[in-house]
Amino acid sequence: MYGFEAMTFNIHGGYLEAIVRGHRAGLLTATDYNNLCQCETLDDIKMHLSATEYGPYLQNEPSPLHTTTIVEKCTLKLVDEYKHMLCQATEPLSTFLEYITYGHMIDNVVLIVTGTLHERDVQELLEKCHPLGMFDSIATLAVAQNMRELYRLVLVDTPLAPYFSECITSEDLDDMNIEIMRNTLYKAYLEDFYKFCQKLGGATAEIMSDLLAFEADRRAVNITINSIGTELTRDDRRKLYSNFGLLYPYGHEELAVCEDIDQVRGAMEKYPPYQSIFSKLSYGESQMLDKAFYEEEVKRLCLAFEQQFHYGVFFAYMRLREQEIRNLMWISECVAQNQKSRVHDSVVFIF
Amino acid sequence: MDLMRSEKMTLVQLIIPVESAHRAISYLGELGLLQFRDLNSERSPFQRTFVNQVKRCGEMSRKLRFFKDQISKAGLLSSVLPVVEPDLELEELEIQLAEHEHELIEMNSNSEKLRVTYNELLEFKLVLQKACGFLLPRSNHAVAEERELSENIYSNDDYVETASLLEQETRPADQSGLRFISGIICKSKALRFERMLFRATRGNMLFNQAPAGEEIMDPLSAEMVEKTVFVVHFSGEQARTKILKICEAFGANCYPVPDDISKQRQITREVSSHLSELETTLDAGIRHRNKALTSIGYHLTQWTSMVRREKAVYDTLNMLNFDVTKKCLVGEGWCPIFAKAQIQEALQRATFDSSSQVGIIFHVMDAVESPPTYFRTNHFTNAYQEIVDAYGVARYQEANPAVYTVKLGSFMEMLFGGRYVLLLMSLFSIYCGLIYNEFFSVPFHIFGGSAYKCRDVTCSDANSAGLIKFRDPYPFGVDPSWRGSRSELPFLNSLKMKMSILLGVAQMNLGIVLSYFNARFFRSSLDIRYQFVPQMIFLNSLFGYLSLLIIIKWCTGSQADLYHVMIYMFLSPTDYLGENELFWGQRPLQIVLLLLALVAVPWMLFPKPFILKKLHSERFQGRTYGLLGSSEFDLDVEPDSARDHHEEFNFSEVFVHQMIHSIEFVLGAVSNTASYLRLWALSLAHSELSTVFYEKVLLLAWGYDNIIIRLIGLAVFAFATAFILLMMETLSAFLHALRLHWVEFQNKFYHGDGYKFKPFSFALITDDDD
Repeated sequence: MYGFEAMTFNIHGGYLEAIVRGHRAGLLTATDYNNLCQCETLDDIKMHLSATEYGPYLQNEPSPLHTTTIVEKCTLKLVDEYKHMLCQATEPLSTFLEYITYGHMIDNVVLIVTGTLHERDVQELLEKCHPLGMFDSIATLAVAQNMRELYRLVLVDTPLAPYFSECITSEDLDDMNIEIMRNTLYKAYLEDFYKFCQKLGGATAEIMSDLLAFEADRRAVNITINSIGTELTRDDRRKLYSNFGLLYPYGHEELAVCEDIDQVRGAMEKYPPYQSIFSKLSYGESQMLDKAFYEEEVKRLCLAFEQQFHYGVFFAYMRLREQEIRNLMWISECVAQNQKSRVHDSVVFIF
Repeated sequence: MDLMRSEKMTLVQLIIPVESAHRAISYLGELGLLQFRDLNSERSPFQRTFVNQVKRCGEMSRKLRFFKDQISKAGLLSSVLPVVEPDLELEELEIQLAEHEHELIEMNSNSEKLRVTYNELLEFKLVLQKACGFLLPRSNHAVAEERELSENIYSNDDYVETASLLEQETRPADQSGLRFISGIICKSKALRFERMLFRATRGNMLFNQAPAGEEIMDPLSAEMVEKTVFVVHFSGEQARTKILKICEAFGANCYPVPDDISKQRQITREVSSHLSELETTLDAGIRHRNKALTSIGYHLTQWTSMVRREKAVYDTLNMLNFDVTKKCLVGEGWCPIFAKAQIQEALQRATFDSSSQVGIIFHVMDAVESPPTYFRTNHFTNAYQEIVDAYGVARYQEANPAVYTVKLGSFMEMLFGGRYVLLLMSLFSIYCGLIYNEFFSVPFHIFGGSAYKCRDVTCSDANSAGLIKFRDPYPFGVDPSWRGSRSELPFLNSLKMKMSILLGVAQMNLGIVLSYFNARFFRSSLDIRYQFVPQMIFLNSLFGYLSLLIIIKWCTGSQADLYHVMIYMFLSPTDYLGENELFWGQRPLQIVLLLLALVAVPWMLFPKPFILKKLHSERFQGRTYGLLGSSEFDLDVEPDSARDHHEEFNFSEVFVHQMIHSIEFVLGAVSNTASYLRLWALSLAHSELSTVFYEKVLLLAWGYDNIIIRLIGLAVFAFATAFILLMMETLSAFLHALRLHWVEFQNKFYHGDGYKFKPFSFALITDDDD
């Protein structure tokens, strides 16, 4: 089928691709960010956003605003758009769109389980969950005591069930276990998504494999950095890396044995696309790594829009919007806490 | 004259003292004759002077939206009190709105709390009622045996089985190991809830459910939700905590039901009395709230329009600049010249009313930028102006084509659009019907008998040998005798085609003549000499000549073939015309006309750009210093005023533009003339369609001697007439007339690159922000 999408893509995907490109045109621009960064209060931010696509979602909020309200409403807009697209989608695009939310589902599961472990109120936890990753019986997660129960009670009904096959143990849940579970789930999810995209073929496979490979590699680096100095063994660490991507398999071997950040750097600099990321950082620094990765991701996501007739635009749009919401959250926090000098620390511009 | 050209506009500057600024702007808004220019366009909205007031207005309109929402949720109709209150001050209104909002929110939260308690009690009552049905058999087997049989045979069977499996050992002793939780849950969640319970307890439980019967209001969404009462039997402490957690997760409310029947009765009674009390309280609360909302509703429209006005005033104030001393606001704007007196009067009123020491300075400035276009229209002409504006707003003071739309847009039998458009169209279509002397394609002898008659009395060969003319031509329109004759189509087609060409040439000529008036108005002799004259010559030497031939042919009744004449005028102009000669000296005239047309093409192509170039270089010869100085001066004083205007001359661009224009005209002369033949096509289609419907449907059906077939035929005919002949044909005729008007007529003279005059006016503020 390779190369012939142009003939048939628009039968089912044309309308939605037009919609998503329209949404993409609504992303905040450089001038918007410029103006937002100059805001003095949250009300200014609201006023500025009211001229953008977020206007209708924020206009009925009473005046003492909170950052959470802004973020909540902006997310609501994204969710509305997503739901609209999902309603209109046909197979296999609808499955593809559902795949995009599984990541949030994993995060939500982990959030609830961790929260219950620390005896937080379930309702409070539910409010913190990302609305895209909600599923019906999510509140019941609090009942489970160990992984096996978790799976048997709740997750067997969700799309996450197949990913659980690797991490069913009877061990009690603790922070370490949960974190391993999260990464195992994520690994299985990414591999499944990757396989699904390969099955779709054509430009979708080409673009999505690039984006997902980047995602997998980023996770590998993050796992490595976060597990330095913990009791996680090398083999266990190795098991958490996704089995595809630029680093697979030789890079994984190197990352698995890394003991500090500079070794990670040494391993990563052998790969030209990541060399540019690490060259921005000074030695021994890992603080700015997240931002550097985000910037690279945004660049790649924007490039997905350069090609037509593929599903990667949906993935890219959702990711870009999420990045935009993260930016808005950061700007609002800085404005609310009078830390305007730090505004540019974490904002990743999307152009 | 006010429809022919835009009103004369002028750029004015206002210097308003700060203290009277607000009042002055609101008076101007009431007047609605001044369009402000944005002098702060480089500033973002929250950097402007009056941003706080704008924000306050935004906040107030949010509150008003909240009220509106509440009123519509409460199902009240917001009626407007006829008594108009004196205008409130903005501050007062703000305080009032805040009070009302506070009051409403408090009432809402109170009634919400009450509602929650009420719901709980109601649910409790329902649980008590329904759960007893499940619990009775356990506490009193003997009494409930009959009910058991009739009601829960299945659940009871289940119960026995599960219980026996569960407690094979403990059963003989007592049933105290078996406990239950009762509660209520949304019907939609019940199935999943049951499955989850089953999984969590590994099947060691018994789940009974019954529909609650009554709908309960969900306090969050204010929707009625169907609920289901359930009773879960289980054993063991661990299962209990699990089940409670699951209940919590599913949002199921659990209520304890005592085993004892007398206790149950007592609690039921208590709950019922509580319920009735709460109900009265709730009702009273709702009444109170409705009263408050109604009183708000009386003023809502007035307040909304007031806030909207205030916001508009501050938005306008944000477009003004502070002058150097910070005591005055400086504004620039466009106004029609006739309105200057009115504006000045309004400004004086504002100064007086705000008892300001300093008057408002209002003076005219000269502008380089083109002013906006403003036509004063009334109901009748507005429809036509909109049709023209849809194509492009006239360049400032350009001849307005709408006038001619009124007169010429209505060629064909019908047109469509606004009721006034429809009126003219219907008049014109009646006129056309008279010209063709037919009605539903039935010949109609309205102006006396036909000029033709049969050769003999029987009229047997009327369709083969033709008729003979025996008296003067028919006094008005087409002789009805043509209808149905063998040569009907060739005759009418030729007639309609020729009429179309005549109309087309006349309209195109009118367009070119209008370009002459435009050029004369703008004092551009260049355009007259090198554009209007050659265009006129080109069009008339070819198609004007054709029209002339048509008229001569009609008058003399000549047999000449006009196609042949026109084609050989180009191919071999010197040849002898033979029988196609219509008048003496036709051949030399044709040669002269052809030469004129050939000369006209380079005439309109070459001179204009070269002359423009010469003029430009003459104007700026030796003025390099001056130019720099003046631009600096402009930058210094008012960087973005309407006065700085950079003029550049790019010869190749001008030349290419002129070339495109000339080619367009030359080719257009042919294609546009052909395009007018669409009039003939439309007329033909219309008459053929009406013939078909009349003959093949109505007459065919009438041929049968059966009332049903006749009725069906009549219905089909009526439907086709109304929907196809009237609606569809009207639409297509309108579209074609519109196209002819926009493309063939307006491209001769209409630039349409102006922008519309949008005065700051309260009357024009619509509720677009709501």
